[in-house]
Amino acid sequence: MANKKYDTAQAALDGLLFDGMTIAVGGFGLCGLPETLIIALRDSGVRDLTVISNNAGVDDWGLGLLLQTRQISRMVSSYVGENKEFERQHLSGEINLEFCPQGTLAERIRAGGAGIPAFYTRTGAGTVVGEGKEERIFDGERYIMETALKADLALVKAWRGDDKGNLLYRKTARNFNPVVATCSRMTIAEVEEFVPAGAIPADAVHTPSVYIRRMTLARINEKRVEKLVTRTED
Amino acid sequence: MPWNRQQIAARAAQELQDGWYVNLGIGIPTLVANLLPEGIDITLQSENGMLGLGPYPTPDQVDPDLINAGKETITELPGTSYVSSAESFAMVRGGHMDATILGSLEVAENGDMANWIIPGKMVKGMGGAMDLVSGTPRVIVLMDHCARDGSPKFRKHCTLPLTGLNVVDMLVTDLAVFKRNNRQGLFHLVEKAPDVSLDYLQQKSEAQFTW
Repeated sequence: MANKKYDTAQAALDGLLFDGMTIAVGGFGLCGLPETLIIALRDSGVRDLTVISNNAGVDDWGLGLLLQTRQISRMVSSYVGENKEFERQHLSGEINLEFCPQGTLAERIRAGGAGIPAFYTRTGAGTVVGEGKEERIFDGERYIMETALKADLALVKAWRGDDKGNLLYRKTARNFNPVVATCSRMTIAEVEEFVPAGAIPADAVHTPSVYIRRMTLARINEKRVEKLVTRTED
Repeated sequence: MPWNRQQIAARAAQELQDGWYVNLGIGIPTLVANLLPEGIDITLQSENGMLGLGPYPTPDQVDPDLINAGKETITELPGTSYVSSAESFAMVRGGHMDATILGSLEVAENGDMANWIIPGKMVKGMGGAMDLVSGTPRVIVLMDHCARDGSPKFRKHCTLPLTGLNVVDMLVTDLAVFKRNNRQGLFHLVEKAPDVSLDYLQQKSEAQFTW
């Protein structure tokens, strides 16, 4: 079996990084983030990145770490509201931001991974999102054309990864990870636990191994909670 | 006397019917989850990839891998399913949800709404709002009737960049409830908060509505 496992996140990234590259990153807020790989990316010093990610982390965690170091020059995201530094860099024109509706973002990434160059959607028709985009009427309704997103490198976080590269995600930490895993020819999975091939039942695999080129163990699992809300016992 | 946030949410909850699949936005709409009418089964969706939202966790149930779209810790229920973001929005964009309840900065008399950006000031992003309003057959907006400076939020035309064109079916504010049966006519006033007069409502609304 081809060995996809790398000892460290730094080793997994070795030879893949170049300034000006496009990187897609899984996660929603701080949930399901490839924390170890993001830190290795920061430490690599690679610059002028275009990052495709639903969110931008918070000031001092997740992609916020790469904003602090000004390694990101462009982002494609749906919501960056939890990151003050990002808001500041955007309002002052230091960073280029393309806002993309969340469902359109997920579908553009999915399309990129599935060989579909573009698709039509109602989402954003008649709004600034539709400006400059081809528009067509289907069944009397306005649709805009959205193009696929692909990345030079994709980084995902999974709960379990088997020897073959099949992945299983856990609860809402799944989020963007399965589509992000498909949108590049070079996807690295950071997994919380390595398991033998066959340990993830074939019927339960979320991301099949063909999408995963490299794997590394998640050595950082802070899993910060952005908004802790609890109730008292009933 | 204006309704408070709980009362606005409770009024919206009355609109939900047994068996519906519903997405709740952040803010007042989140309160709807705890105010669902007795005896009806509503499945709540969270667009980060969860169908079947449970209550907030007790302190020992907190799981960082389990959050709602507002990034709050949450729990699952028997029958919950987890999906990817693409699948989650396929449900929304494919028209499979029954209703979405969300907040807004402005609603126009023709059903346009604007809730995602104040140019030059607030740059957060639309998140899933544009997908939700353009993909869901029933869109219910909950918001204060007027902004903090007293200016109307129920407008002739939206002044802020739009989230969706002609998408709002029902509007519940702290002063009144408005509905329209199709997306062609004006909103109709169906209920007023206690001691709120029609004159006062008209004065506080830039939008035309029927009554």
